[in-house]
Amino acid sequence: MIPLSHYLILGALLFAIGVVGIFLNRKNLVILLMSIELLLLAVNINFVAFSHYLGDVAGQIFVFFILTVAAAEAAIGLAILIVLFRSRKTINVEELDSLKG
Amino acid sequence: MTFLEIAFYFFSAVLTIAATMVVTMRNPVKSALFLVLAFFSAACVWITLEAEFLAIVLVLVYVGAVMVLFLFVVMMLDIDLAEMRAGFTRYLPIGGIIAALLVAEIALVMHQSFLPADFTNPVPHGANYSNTRELGLQIYTHYVYPFEIAAFILLVAIVAAISLTMRRRPGSKYINPGEQIKVRREDRLRIVKMASEKPQDFSSTTESPSSNGETS
Repeated sequence: MIPLSHYLILGALLFAIGVVGIFLNRKNLVILLMSIELLLLAVNINFVAFSHYLGDVAGQIFVFFILTVAAAEAAIGLAILIVLFRSRKTINVEELDSLKG
Repeated sequence: MTFLEIAFYFFSAVLTIAATMVVTMRNPVKSALFLVLAFFSAACVWITLEAEFLAIVLVLVYVGAVMVLFLFVVMMLDIDLAEMRAGFTRYLPIGGIIAALLVAEIALVMHQSFLPADFTNPVPHGANYSNTRELGLQIYTHYVYPFEIAAFILLVAIVAAISLTMRRRPGSKYINPGEQIKVRREDRLRIVKMASEKPQDFSSTTESPSSNGETS
């Protein structure tokens, strides 16, 4: 049978790939959003794995809520992206410096 | 090696490779398509964990809705790909180092804390076990308040996304039904009172303007 640690390592790998994605594509806002989705997926895999191995369905319910919030986040993030692109004609993060932050 | 193990390692490998492709692809459209593959493989991994409902939700909601939204946005935007790729190799070493550190740390913690003896493999559920029913029983009793909040968050997301992206183009022509219905006869029709015309003298043939132009 598959031990729990293999699922957790899979989650860790996915999380690391997501972090690398944020580092590598730090200019492209769309791929940044996709990397965030990967991070959330990694966390969800951990939740589901623990839920299975502990025999507690609460972990799956948390995944359910995380999915809800992630879907809302993606929708609003993409809407902001479109508004941004309309006004600035770019989604390059380095050019979005009008707030001088 | 049982079938379950083969399935798990196969889908894990596909998931990892697809995730790597998502972050390294040059074209955002291909990234989005690889993300679809990643979500699908993740759903298959969740099925090996007996989380069937969430696996289907992942396919329906993520592959069916969120990724379509991503693809739609990516194709709508006109992105300068070459400029976006600048600095890709520059950040590769530091990104790799941080990723290796992350994996090493997480693996260290998990190796120390979650020994296989602590978490024995649970007995698989019988054929008449319904994961959806189990989740539903919990969500509609213990978690009904968070469930309502989740619904409200989705409503807020709908309103926010629509109100952010909706705009009136200044040059566009459209029909306002309210204005159409509100119109009265006086707005459209003007009745002019004028004296009756005298009968014209048709004996002298007046030529049409076009023939006039030709003759002159």
